[in-house]
Amino acid sequence: MLARPGLVSFDYVRARTPGEVVQLLAEHGADARLMMGGTDLLVRIRDGAVRPRLVVDLKHLPGMRDILYQQQAGLTVGAAVTMNQLARHPAVVAHYPLLAQAANSVASYPLRNRATIGGNLCNASPCADTAPPSYVLAGRIVVHGSAGEQEVAIADFFRGPGQTVLQPGQFVTAIRFPPSPAAASGRYLKLGRNKAGDLAIVSVAVLGFPDASAPSGYRFRIALGAVAPVVLRVPAAEEWLAHHPPGAETFARAADLAAAAASPIDDVRASADYRRAMVRTLTRRGLNAVADTIAAPTGSA
Amino acid sequence: MANHAITVTVNGVKERVDVPSNMTLLEMLRQRLALTGAKNGCGAGECGACTVLLDGEPVNACMVLAAEVDGAAVVTVEGLAQDGQLSAVQQAFVEEGGVQCGFCTPGMLISAHALLQRNPRPTEDEIREALVGNLCRCTGYTRIVRAVQKAAQGGVE
Ligand SMILES: Cc1cc2nc3c(=O)[nH]c(=O)nc-3n(C[C@H](O)[C@H](O)[C@H](O)COP(=O)(O)OP(=O)(O)OC[C@H]3O[C@@H](n4cnc5c(N)ncnc54)[C@H](O)[C@@H]3O)c2cc1C
Ligand code: FES
Ligand code: FES
Repeated sequence: MLARPGLVSFDYVRARTPGEVVQLLAEHGADARLMMGGTDLLVRIRDGAVRPRLVVDLKHLPGMRDILYQQQAGLTVGAAVTMNQLARHPAVVAHYPLLAQAANSVASYPLRNRATIGGNLCNASPCADTAPPSYVLAGRIVVHGSAGEQEVAIADFFRGPGQTVLQPGQFVTAIRFPPSPAAASGRYLKLGRNKAGDLAIVSVAVLGFPDASAPSGYRFRIALGAVAPVVLRVPAAEEWLAHHPPGAETFARAADLAAAAASPIDDVRASADYRRAMVRTLTRRGLNAVADTIAAPTGSA
Repeated sequence: MANHAITVTVNGVKERVDVPSNMTLLEMLRQRLALTGAKNGCGAGECGACTVLLDGEPVNACMVLAAEVDGAAVVTVEGLAQDGQLSAVQQAFVEEGGVQCGFCTPGMLISAHALLQRNPRPTEDEIREALVGNLCRCTGYTRIVRAVQKAAQGGVE
Protein backbone atom coordinates (compact mmCIF):
# COMPACT_ATOMS: atom_id res chain seq x y z
CA MET A 1 0.00 0.00 0.00
CA LEU A 2 2.78 2.44 0.81
CA ALA A 3 5.42 3.47 -1.67
CA ARG A 4 8.12 3.22 0.96
CA PRO A 5 8.40 1.23 4.15
CA GLY A 6 7.44 2.90 7.41
CA LEU A 7 9.76 4.14 10.09
CA VAL A 8 11.57 1.66 12.34
CA SER A 9 9.98 1.47 15.75
CA PHE A 10 10.85 3.97 18.44
CA ASP A 11 9.14 5.72 21.32
CA TYR A 12 8.09 9.34 21.00
CA VAL A 13 8.11 11.76 23.92
CA ARG A 14 6.94 15.37 23.88
CA ALA A 15 9.29 17.01 26.41
CA ARG A 16 7.79 19.63 28.73
CA THR A 17 10.82 20.98 30.58
CA PRO A 18 14.57 21.27 29.88
CA GLY A 19 15.15 19.16 33.01
CA GLU A 20 13.11 16.32 31.52
CA VAL A 21 15.29 16.43 28.38
CA VAL A 22 18.50 16.33 30.40
CA GLN A 23 17.16 13.33 32.32
CA LEU A 24 16.00 11.45 29.22
CA LEU A 25 19.34 12.03 27.52
CA ALA A 26 21.19 10.83 30.61
CA GLU A 27 19.04 7.68 30.76
CA HIS A 28 19.04 6.77 27.07
CA GLY A 29 22.36 8.13 25.81
CA ALA A 30 22.95 7.57 22.12
CA ASP A 31 19.66 5.66 21.78
CA ALA A 32 17.80 8.97 22.10
CA ARG A 33 17.51 11.50 19.27
CA LEU A 34 16.28 15.04 19.54
CA MET A 35 13.62 16.29 17.18
CA MET A 36 12.06 19.62 16.31
CA GLY A 37 10.52 19.78 12.83
CA GLY A 38 11.83 16.32 12.01
CA THR A 39 12.55 17.29 8.39
CA ASP A 40 16.11 16.04 8.65
CA LEU A 41 15.67 13.48 11.41
CA LEU A 42 12.70 11.58 9.96
CA VAL A 43 14.40 11.30 6.55
CA ARG A 44 17.47 9.86 8.25
CA ILE A 45 15.39 7.41 10.28
CA ARG A 46 13.51 6.33 7.15
CA ASP A 47 16.79 5.80 5.29
CA GLY A 48 18.16 3.73 8.18
CA ALA A 49 21.01 6.18 8.77
CA VAL A 50 19.97 6.47 12.43
CA ARG A 51 17.96 3.97 14.50
CA PRO A 52 16.85 5.71 17.66
CA ARG A 53 14.95 3.91 20.43
CA LEU A 54 13.59 7.21 21.67
CA VAL A 55 12.67 10.42 19.82
CA VAL A 56 12.45 13.45 22.12
CA ASP A 57 10.38 16.31 20.70
CA LEU A 58 11.82 19.61 21.95
CA LYS A 59 9.65 22.14 20.18
CA HIS A 60 7.12 22.47 23.01
CA LEU A 61 9.70 23.49 25.63
CA PRO A 62 8.99 26.96 27.06
CA GLY A 63 10.28 29.77 24.86
CA MET A 64 11.49 27.50 22.07
CA ARG A 65 9.15 29.05 19.52
CA ASP A 66 9.54 32.70 20.57
CA ILE A 67 11.29 35.53 18.75
CA LEU A 68 12.38 38.44 20.99
CA TYR A 69 13.82 41.70 19.72
CA GLN A 70 15.18 44.63 21.70
CA GLN A 71 17.16 47.43 20.14
CA GLN A 72 19.92 47.18 22.74
CA ALA A 73 20.06 43.45 23.31
CA GLY A 74 19.43 42.36 19.73
CA LEU A 75 17.51 39.30 18.60
CA THR A 76 16.86 36.01 20.37
CA VAL A 77 15.35 33.31 18.21
CA GLY A 78 14.03 30.19 19.95
CA ALA A 79 15.61 27.09 18.44
CA ALA A 80 12.22 25.71 17.34
CA VAL A 81 11.20 28.85 15.45
CA THR A 82 10.20 27.71 11.97
CA MET A 83 11.58 29.08 8.71
CA ASN A 84 8.21 30.66 7.84
CA GLN A 85 7.99 32.29 11.27
CA LEU A 86 11.49 33.71 10.86
CA ALA A 87 10.92 34.86 7.27
CA ARG A 88 7.91 36.98 8.12
CA HIS A 89 8.68 38.28 11.62
CA PRO A 90 8.66 42.11 11.39
CA ALA A 91 11.80 42.64 13.50
CA VAL A 92 13.72 40.00 11.55
CA VAL A 93 12.63 41.47 8.22
CA ALA A 94 13.49 45.02 9.36
CA HIS A 95 16.79 44.46 11.21
CA TYR A 96 18.14 41.08 10.06
CA PRO A 97 16.84 40.80 6.47
CA LEU A 98 19.64 38.38 5.59
CA LEU A 99 18.18 35.87 7.99
CA ALA A 100 14.68 36.31 6.61
CA GLN A 101 15.98 35.84 3.05
CA ALA A 102 17.83 32.67 4.02
CA ALA A 103 14.85 31.20 5.88
CA ASN A 104 12.59 31.94 2.95
CA SER A 105 14.92 30.15 0.56
CA VAL A 106 14.60 26.77 2.31
CA ALA A 107 12.74 24.02 0.44
CA SER A 108 9.01 24.67 -0.04
CA TYR A 109 6.36 26.60 1.90
CA PRO A 110 4.92 23.45 3.60
CA LEU A 111 8.38 22.27 4.60
CA ARG A 112 9.17 25.73 5.97
CA ASN A 113 6.21 25.35 8.32
CA ARG A 114 8.08 22.50 10.00
CA ALA A 115 11.80 23.12 9.40
CA THR A 116 13.33 25.08 12.29
CA ILE A 117 16.42 27.28 12.57
CA GLY A 118 17.75 25.19 15.47
CA GLY A 119 17.32 21.96 13.53
CA ASN A 120 18.99 23.54 10.53
CA LEU A 121 22.07 24.52 12.55
CA CYS A 122 22.25 21.35 14.69
CA ASN A 123 22.01 19.20 11.58
CA ALA A 124 25.27 20.91 10.54
CA SER A 125 24.98 20.40 6.81
CA PRO A 126 27.52 22.52 4.90
CA CYS A 127 24.62 23.81 2.81
CA ALA A 128 22.32 24.74 5.73
CA ASP A 129 20.79 28.02 4.63
CA THR A 130 20.66 29.78 8.00
CA ALA A 131 24.37 29.13 8.71
CA PRO A 132 26.12 31.72 6.47
CA PRO A 133 23.87 34.57 7.66
CA SER A 134 24.45 33.47 11.26
CA TYR A 135 28.21 33.86 10.70
CA VAL A 136 28.09 37.39 9.32
CA LEU A 137 25.50 38.42 11.94
CA ALA A 138 27.78 37.07 14.73
CA GLY A 139 25.18 34.60 16.02
CA ARG A 140 25.67 32.79 19.32
CA ILE A 141 24.20 29.38 20.03
CA VAL A 142 22.54 28.94 23.42
CA VAL A 143 23.36 25.44 24.67
CA HIS A 144 21.55 23.78 27.56
CA GLY A 145 22.96 20.83 29.50
CA SER A 146 23.16 19.32 32.95
CA ALA A 147 25.52 22.14 33.99
CA GLY A 148 23.03 24.80 32.90
CA GLU A 149 23.25 27.20 30.00
CA GLN A 150 26.21 28.42 27.98
CA GLU A 151 26.73 30.34 24.74
CA VAL A 152 28.91 29.26 21.84
CA ALA A 153 29.92 31.59 19.00
CA ILE A 154 28.61 30.26 15.70
CA ALA A 155 32.15 30.07 14.30
CA ASP A 156 33.05 27.62 17.10
CA PHE A 157 29.86 25.54 16.84
CA PHE A 158 30.51 23.40 13.75
CA ARG A 159 33.23 20.75 13.58
CA GLY A 160 32.49 19.26 10.18
CA PRO A 161 29.62 17.97 8.06
CA GLY A 162 26.96 16.72 10.50
CA GLN A 163 29.18 17.50 13.49
CA THR A 164 28.89 20.15 16.15
CA VAL A 165 30.58 20.79 19.48
CA LEU A 166 27.45 19.62 21.34
CA GLN A 167 28.35 17.02 23.95
CA PRO A 168 26.12 14.07 24.84
CA GLY A 169 23.30 15.44 27.00
CA GLN A 170 23.46 18.96 25.54
CA PHE A 171 20.89 20.61 23.32
CA VAL A 172 20.23 23.99 21.76
CA THR A 173 17.49 26.27 23.06
CA ALA A 174 18.03 29.51 21.14
CA ILE A 175 20.24 31.53 18.81
CA ARG A 176 21.18 35.08 19.80
CA PHE A 177 22.19 37.85 17.43
CA PRO A 178 23.71 41.13 18.64
CA PRO A 179 22.27 44.35 17.23
CA SER A 180 23.30 44.76 13.60
CA PRO A 181 25.98 47.47 13.09
CA ALA A 182 24.44 50.89 12.37
CA ALA A 183 23.32 51.38 8.75
CA ALA A 184 24.26 47.81 7.87
CA SER A 185 22.89 46.12 4.80
CA GLY A 186 22.89 42.40 4.07
CA ARG A 187 22.17 39.95 1.28
CA TYR A 188 21.86 36.17 1.13
CA LEU A 189 22.41 34.77 -2.34
CA LYS A 190 21.69 31.11 -2.97
CA LEU A 191 22.21 29.12 -6.11
CA GLY A 192 20.23 25.89 -6.43
CA ARG A 193 19.52 23.75 -9.47
CA ASN A 194 16.15 25.50 -9.73
CA LYS A 195 15.03 29.03 -9.02
CA ALA A 196 13.41 27.90 -5.76
CA GLY A 197 12.97 24.86 -3.58
CA ASP A 198 16.40 23.29 -3.85
CA LEU A 199 19.40 22.86 -1.57
CA ALA A 200 22.24 25.32 -2.12
CA ILE A 201 24.96 24.39 -4.61
CA VAL A 202 26.67 27.53 -3.39
CA SER A 203 25.45 30.25 -1.08
CA VAL A 204 26.95 33.57 -0.04
CA ALA A 205 26.02 35.89 2.81
CA VAL A 206 27.32 39.46 2.68
CA LEU A 207 26.96 42.11 5.36
CA GLY A 208 28.34 45.63 4.86
CA PHE A 209 28.30 48.75 7.03
CA PRO A 210 30.02 52.13 7.30
CA ASP A 211 32.96 52.12 9.73
CA ALA A 212 35.14 55.18 10.19
CA SER A 213 37.98 53.03 11.57
CA ALA A 214 38.35 51.21 8.24
CA PRO A 215 40.63 52.92 5.68
CA SER A 216 37.94 52.46 3.00
CA GLY A 217 35.22 53.75 5.33
CA TYR A 218 33.37 50.43 5.17
CA ARG A 219 33.57 46.97 6.57
CA PHE A 220 32.18 43.87 4.93
CA ARG A 221 31.71 40.37 6.24
CA ILE A 222 31.44 37.48 3.82
CA ALA A 223 30.43 33.87 4.58
CA LEU A 224 30.29 31.05 2.05
CA GLY A 225 28.02 28.01 2.29
CA ALA A 226 28.27 24.57 0.61
CA VAL A 227 31.89 25.00 -0.54
CA ALA A 228 33.79 23.55 2.42
CA PRO A 229 33.14 21.10 5.32
CA VAL A 230 31.83 24.05 7.38
CA VAL A 231 30.82 27.61 6.49
CA LEU A 232 33.82 29.77 5.57
CA ARG A 233 34.42 33.40 6.43
CA VAL A 234 36.81 35.05 3.97
CA PRO A 235 39.23 37.24 5.99
CA ALA A 236 41.43 37.97 2.96
CA ALA A 237 38.51 39.45 1.02
CA GLU A 238 37.20 41.26 4.10
CA GLU A 239 40.63 42.87 4.67
CA TRP A 240 40.85 43.88 1.03
CA LEU A 241 37.45 45.55 1.24
CA ALA A 242 38.40 47.43 4.40
CA HIS A 243 41.42 48.89 2.60
CA HIS A 244 40.10 49.70 -0.87
CA PRO A 245 37.35 52.07 -1.92
CA PRO A 246 34.07 50.30 -2.72
CA GLY A 247 33.48 49.84 -6.44
CA ALA A 248 33.55 47.37 -9.29
CA GLU A 249 37.31 46.73 -9.23
CA THR A 250 37.53 46.28 -5.49
CA PHE A 251 34.53 43.95 -5.50
CA ALA A 252 35.92 41.88 -8.39
CA ARG A 253 39.19 41.38 -6.50
CA ALA A 254 37.33 40.47 -3.30
CA ALA A 255 35.25 37.97 -5.27
CA ASP A 256 38.46 36.38 -6.61
CA LEU A 257 39.76 36.08 -3.06
CA ALA A 258 36.50 34.43 -1.97
CA ALA A 259 36.70 31.94 -4.85
CA ALA A 260 40.31 31.16 -3.91
CA ALA A 261 39.29 30.51 -0.29
CA ALA A 262 36.57 28.01 -1.20
CA SER A 263 37.44 24.30 -1.17
CA PRO A 264 34.38 22.78 -2.84
CA ILE A 265 33.82 19.15 -3.80
CA ASP A 266 32.50 17.54 -6.98
CA ASP A 267 29.18 15.85 -6.42
CA VAL A 268 26.01 14.90 -8.22
CA ARG A 269 24.70 18.45 -7.88
CA ALA A 270 27.64 20.44 -9.25
CA SER A 271 31.35 20.19 -10.02
CA ALA A 272 33.98 21.82 -7.81
CA ASP A 273 35.02 24.13 -10.67
CA TYR A 274 31.48 25.32 -11.20
CA ARG A 275 31.03 25.90 -7.49
CA ARG A 276 34.20 27.96 -7.31
CA ALA A 277 33.15 30.05 -10.31
CA MET A 278 29.76 30.64 -8.73
CA VAL A 279 31.35 31.74 -5.44
CA ARG A 280 33.04 34.47 -7.46
CA THR A 281 29.82 35.50 -9.21
CA LEU A 282 27.59 35.46 -6.15
CA THR A 283 30.14 37.29 -4.01
CA ARG A 284 30.45 40.05 -6.60
CA ARG A 285 26.67 40.33 -6.92
CA GLY A 286 26.21 40.33 -3.17
CA LEU A 287 28.81 43.08 -2.68
CA ASN A 288 27.25 45.22 -5.40
CA ALA A 289 23.77 44.81 -3.97
CA VAL A 290 24.91 45.55 -0.43
CA ALA A 291 26.98 48.58 -1.52
CA ASP A 292 23.95 50.00 -3.34
CA THR A 293 21.78 49.81 -0.25
CA ILE A 294 24.38 51.08 2.25
CA ALA A 295 24.86 54.13 0.04
CA ALA A 296 21.14 54.84 -0.16
CA PRO A 297 19.96 57.29 2.52
CA THR A 298 17.10 54.99 3.56
CA GLY A 299 19.33 51.87 3.49
CA SER A 300 17.80 48.95 5.35
CA ALA A 301 19.28 48.31 8.75
CA MET B 1 6.88 0.66 21.66
CA ALA B 2 4.34 2.96 23.26
CA ASN B 3 0.99 3.75 21.73
CA HIS B 4 -0.43 7.23 22.04
CA ALA B 5 -4.13 7.83 22.50
CA ILE B 6 -4.59 11.09 20.65
CA THR B 7 -7.53 13.34 19.91
CA VAL B 8 -7.40 15.14 16.60
CA THR B 9 -10.02 17.07 14.65
CA VAL B 10 -9.97 15.91 11.04
CA ASN B 11 -12.08 17.78 8.51
CA GLY B 12 -14.16 19.14 11.38
CA VAL B 13 -14.77 15.76 13.02
CA LYS B 14 -13.18 14.96 16.38
CA GLU B 15 -11.38 11.61 16.20
CA ARG B 16 -9.81 9.53 18.95
CA VAL B 17 -7.03 7.35 17.55
CA ASP B 18 -4.47 5.00 19.07
CA VAL B 19 -1.25 5.52 17.19
CA PRO B 20 2.18 3.94 17.55
CA SER B 21 5.11 6.36 17.98
CA ASN B 22 6.55 5.63 14.56
CA MET B 23 3.32 6.20 12.60
CA THR B 24 3.26 9.27 10.38
CA LEU B 25 0.29 11.59 10.09
CA LEU B 26 -0.06 10.42 6.49
CA GLU B 27 -0.24 6.76 7.53
CA MET B 28 -2.79 7.61 10.20
CA LEU B 29 -5.01 9.45 7.73
CA ARG B 30 -4.81 6.74 5.07
CA GLN B 31 -4.76 3.58 7.17
CA ARG B 32 -6.71 4.47 10.32
CA LEU B 33 -9.18 7.06 9.05
CA ALA B 34 -9.52 5.75 5.47
CA LEU B 35 -8.86 9.22 4.08
CA THR B 36 -6.89 8.24 1.00
CA GLY B 37 -6.89 11.67 -0.66
CA ALA B 38 -3.43 12.61 0.58
CA LYS B 39 -0.94 10.41 -1.27
CA ASN B 40 2.40 8.84 -0.41
CA GLY B 41 4.68 9.84 -3.27
CA CYS B 42 8.16 10.04 -1.80
CA GLY B 43 7.77 9.83 1.97
CA ALA B 44 10.58 12.34 2.26
CA GLY B 45 9.22 15.88 1.97
CA GLU B 46 10.11 16.23 -1.71
CA CYS B 47 6.91 15.80 -3.72
CA GLY B 48 4.03 17.37 -1.80
CA ALA B 49 1.49 14.65 -2.69
CA CYS B 50 0.81 14.25 1.04
CA THR B 51 0.16 17.95 1.77
CA VAL B 52 -2.56 18.63 4.38
CA LEU B 53 -3.43 21.58 6.59
CA LEU B 54 -2.23 21.30 10.19
CA ASP B 55 -3.82 24.01 12.34
CA GLY B 56 -4.50 25.94 9.15
CA GLU B 57 -1.03 25.74 7.61
CA PRO B 58 0.10 23.32 4.90
CA VAL B 59 2.61 20.63 5.92
CA ASN B 60 3.96 17.41 4.39
CA ALA B 61 2.00 14.74 6.27
CA CYS B 62 4.71 12.16 5.53
CA MET B 63 7.09 14.24 7.67
CA VAL B 64 4.87 14.62 10.73
CA LEU B 65 4.40 11.96 13.41
CA ALA B 66 0.78 11.17 14.23
CA ALA B 67 1.65 11.40 17.93
CA GLU B 68 2.62 15.03 17.36
CA VAL B 69 -0.85 16.14 16.26
CA ASP B 70 -2.62 15.40 19.56
CA GLY B 71 -5.05 18.28 20.06
CA ALA B 72 -4.53 19.71 16.58
CA ALA B 73 -6.89 20.28 13.64
CA VAL B 74 -6.15 18.64 10.29
CA VAL B 75 -7.82 19.33 6.94
CA THR B 76 -7.31 17.01 3.99
CA VAL B 77 -8.50 17.36 0.41
CA GLU B 78 -11.68 15.53 1.50
CA GLY B 79 -12.44 18.51 3.74
CA LEU B 80 -12.24 21.24 1.08
CA ALA B 81 -15.74 20.82 -0.37
CA GLN B 82 -18.55 22.18 1.80
CA ASP B 83 -22.09 20.74 1.67
CA GLY B 84 -21.33 18.89 -1.54
CA GLN B 85 -20.07 22.08 -3.22
CA LEU B 86 -16.52 22.04 -4.54
CA SER B 87 -14.34 24.87 -3.20
CA ALA B 88 -13.38 27.69 -5.59
CA VAL B 89 -9.94 26.16 -6.17
CA GLN B 90 -11.35 22.69 -6.80
CA GLN B 91 -13.92 24.04 -9.26
CA ALA B 92 -11.24 26.04 -11.07
CA PHE B 93 -9.03 22.91 -11.39
CA VAL B 94 -11.96 21.13 -13.04
CA GLU B 95 -12.71 23.99 -15.40
CA GLU B 96 -9.12 24.74 -16.37
CA GLY B 97 -8.08 21.10 -16.72
CA GLY B 98 -5.56 21.27 -13.88
CA VAL B 99 -5.86 17.49 -13.35
CA GLN B 100 -4.50 14.65 -15.46
CA CYS B 101 -3.59 11.46 -13.57
CA GLY B 102 -4.63 13.18 -10.35
CA PHE B 103 -1.86 11.88 -8.09
CA CYS B 104 -0.56 15.35 -7.27
CA THR B 105 -3.99 16.97 -7.15
CA PRO B 106 -4.93 16.56 -3.46
CA GLY B 107 -1.65 18.15 -2.39
CA MET B 108 -1.83 20.83 -5.08
CA LEU B 109 -5.32 21.78 -3.97
CA ILE B 110 -4.29 22.08 -0.33
CA SER B 111 -1.22 24.19 -1.18
CA ALA B 112 -3.25 26.39 -3.54
CA HIS B 113 -6.05 26.75 -1.00
CA ALA B 114 -3.54 27.77 1.70
CA LEU B 115 -1.90 30.27 -0.65
CA LEU B 116 -5.23 31.97 -1.38
CA GLN B 117 -5.99 32.10 2.33
CA ARG B 118 -2.82 34.05 3.07
CA ASN B 119 -2.65 35.95 -0.22
CA PRO B 120 -5.99 36.27 -2.00
CA ARG B 121 -4.45 37.99 -5.06
CA PRO B 122 -1.17 36.21 -5.81
CA THR B 123 0.96 37.01 -8.86
CA GLU B 124 1.97 34.18 -11.18
CA ASP B 125 5.42 34.12 -9.55
CA GLU B 126 3.85 33.88 -6.12
CA ILE B 127 1.67 30.98 -7.28
CA ARG B 128 4.66 29.14 -8.72
CA GLU B 129 6.70 29.74 -5.56
CA ALA B 130 3.86 28.50 -3.33
CA LEU B 131 3.59 25.30 -5.38
CA VAL B 132 7.34 24.63 -5.65
CA GLY B 133 7.02 21.72 -3.21
CA ASN B 134 4.17 20.11 -5.16
CA LEU B 135 5.51 18.10 -8.08
CA CYS B 136 3.31 17.24 -11.05
CA ARG B 137 4.54 14.78 -13.66
CA CYS B 138 1.63 15.31 -16.06
CA THR B 139 0.32 18.81 -16.60
CA GLY B 140 3.44 20.90 -17.07
CA TYR B 141 1.94 23.20 -14.42
CA THR B 142 0.49 25.76 -16.87
CA ARG B 143 -3.10 24.74 -16.34
CA ILE B 144 -2.60 24.39 -12.59
CA VAL B 145 -1.28 27.94 -12.39
CA ARG B 146 -4.17 29.14 -14.55
CA ALA B 147 -6.66 27.37 -12.28
CA VAL B 148 -5.23 29.08 -9.20
CA GLN B 149 -5.38 32.43 -10.98
CA LYS B 150 -8.99 31.77 -11.87
CA ALA B 151 -9.90 30.82 -8.31
CA ALA B 152 -8.12 33.95 -7.07
CA GLN B 153 -10.18 36.18 -9.32
CA GLY B 154 -13.30 34.57 -7.93
CA GLY B 155 -13.92 33.52 -11.51
CA VAL B 156 -15.83 30.49 -10.35
CA GLU B 157 -19.47 31.00 -9.56
C1 LIG C 1 12.69 18.05 0.84
C2 LIG C 1 13.67 18.76 1.74
C3 LIG C 1 14.24 19.95 1.30
C4 LIG C 1 15.14 20.64 2.10
N1 LIG C 1 15.66 21.82 1.65
C5 LIG C 1 16.51 22.51 2.43
C6 LIG C 1 17.05 23.76 1.99
O1 LIG C 1 16.72 24.27 0.91
N2 LIG C 1 17.93 24.39 2.81
C7 LIG C 1 18.30 23.88 4.01
O2 LIG C 1 19.10 24.52 4.70
N3 LIG C 1 17.81 22.70 4.46
C8 LIG C 1 16.94 22.01 3.70
N4 LIG C 1 16.43 20.82 4.14
C9 LIG C 1 16.89 20.26 5.42
C10 LIG C 1 16.00 20.57 6.64
O3 LIG C 1 14.67 20.84 6.26
C11 LIG C 1 16.52 21.76 7.43
O4 LIG C 1 17.85 21.51 7.83
C12 LIG C 1 15.67 22.06 8.67
O5 LIG C 1 15.88 23.38 9.08
C13 LIG C 1 15.90 21.12 9.83
O6 LIG C 1 15.10 21.55 10.93
P1 LIG C 1 14.15 20.54 11.69
O7 LIG C 1 13.52 21.31 12.79
O8 LIG C 1 13.26 19.83 10.78
O9 LIG C 1 15.26 19.55 12.28
P2 LIG C 1 15.13 18.08 12.87
O10 LIG C 1 15.05 17.09 11.77
O11 LIG C 1 14.09 18.01 13.92
O12 LIG C 1 16.57 17.97 13.56
C14 LIG C 1 17.76 18.07 12.80
C15 LIG C 1 18.95 17.51 13.56
O13 LIG C 1 19.26 18.31 14.69
C16 LIG C 1 19.12 17.57 15.89
N5 LIG C 1 18.43 18.47 16.80
C17 LIG C 1 17.14 18.92 16.65
N6 LIG C 1 16.86 19.80 17.62
C18 LIG C 1 17.97 19.92 18.38
C19 LIG C 1 18.30 20.70 19.53
N7 LIG C 1 17.42 21.57 20.07
N8 LIG C 1 19.52 20.58 20.06
C20 LIG C 1 20.43 19.74 19.51
N9 LIG C 1 20.18 18.98 18.42
C21 LIG C 1 18.97 19.07 17.87
C22 LIG C 1 18.31 16.36 15.53
O14 LIG C 1 18.60 15.27 16.36
C23 LIG C 1 18.73 16.11 14.11
O15 LIG C 1 19.94 15.43 14.06
C24 LIG C 1 15.50 20.10 3.37
C25 LIG C 1 14.92 18.91 3.81
C26 LIG C 1 14.01 18.24 3.02
C27 LIG C 1 13.39 16.97 3.51
S1 FES D 1 4.93 11.91 0.17
FE1 FES D 1 5.19 13.57 1.51
S2 FES D 1 6.31 14.97 0.33
FE2 FES D 1 6.23 13.23 -0.96
S1 FES E 1 -1.79 15.30 -12.70
FE1 FES E 1 -0.48 13.60 -12.72
S2 FES E 1 1.06 14.20 -11.33
FE2 FES E 1 -0.10 15.99 -11.54
